[in-house]
Amino acid sequence: MKFGILVNEGPYQHQASDSAYLFTRAALAAGHEVFRIFFYHDGVNNGTRLTVPPQDDRNVVDRWSELAQEHSLDLVLCVAAAQRRGLLDADEAKRHKKDADNIAPGFRISGLGQLIEAAIQSDRLVTFGD
Amino acid sequence: MSLLHTVNKSPFERNGLQSCLRLAEDGHAVLLIEDAVVAALDGTEHAETIKNSAERLSVYVLGPDLDARGLPKDRIIDGIEVVDYDRFVALACEHDSIQSWL
Repeated sequence: MKFGILVNEGPYQHQASDSAYLFTRAALAAGHEVFRIFFYHDGVNNGTRLTVPPQDDRNVVDRWSELAQEHSLDLVLCVAAAQRRGLLDADEAKRHKKDADNIAPGFRISGLGQLIEAAIQSDRLVTFGD
Repeated sequence: MSLLHTVNKSPFERNGLQSCLRLAEDGHAVLLIEDAVVAALDGTEHAETIKNSAERLSVYVLGPDLDARGLPKDRIIDGIEVVDYDRFVALACEHDSIQSWL
C-alpha cells in the first residue's frame, strides 16, 4: 500500500513528529511504500539542519534525514510556511539575498501542490499534528 | 465506507474525542494516540461515553503512548484493544480512509 504522511507540528513541541516518524518506520518495515512526507505549518521546523538537541534527547531532524537516505523518501517542506519561519534552501537564500541556508539533508522545499499530489497518488493520507 | 479515526488530544483538554464519537458512524474504528490515551482508562468521567461508543465502534489505544505516560494496561476499559505501531499501520490499511482529529 502507498502512504502519504502530513506533519503539521514542529519538533519538540508535542508529539506529532515522533508519532509520524514511528508510523512511517512501521509502514516501511511492513513493506509499504511512503510516497511523500509533507511538512506544513510549524511542521517545516522538522527540516532545519541547525538544531542541536541535548545529547541524551532524540534528534528529530537527523532522524528524518537518516530515514530519508535509507529509504529514498521524499521529504517536502511547504515553501510559504518555510519562508515565514526562516527555512531556506540554497536557491531560496540566494533569491531572497539571505546570508545563509539551513535546510537539512534529504529535505526539499516545494509548493502545496505536492501535498495535493501526495493525497491523490497515495492510497492513504495520514495526518499528524496539533 | 469504513473510516479509521485517530484522536490525539486528551478529552480533559479538548473536545476532539467527543466530536469524533458523535460523528463516527457504526462500524468505524477509533484509535486513541498521544494524550488521548488517557480516555482509554476506566474510572474517569469520560469512561461511560467511551463504553457506550465501544458497543458500536471498534476502539483501540496505542500501547507505546500508554507506556510513555506510565498508564497501566490493566486499567483499560473492557473492549478496548491495545495496539502497537505495526497494528496502527495495519488498521490504516484495513480502512478506506483516515480521519485525524487534532
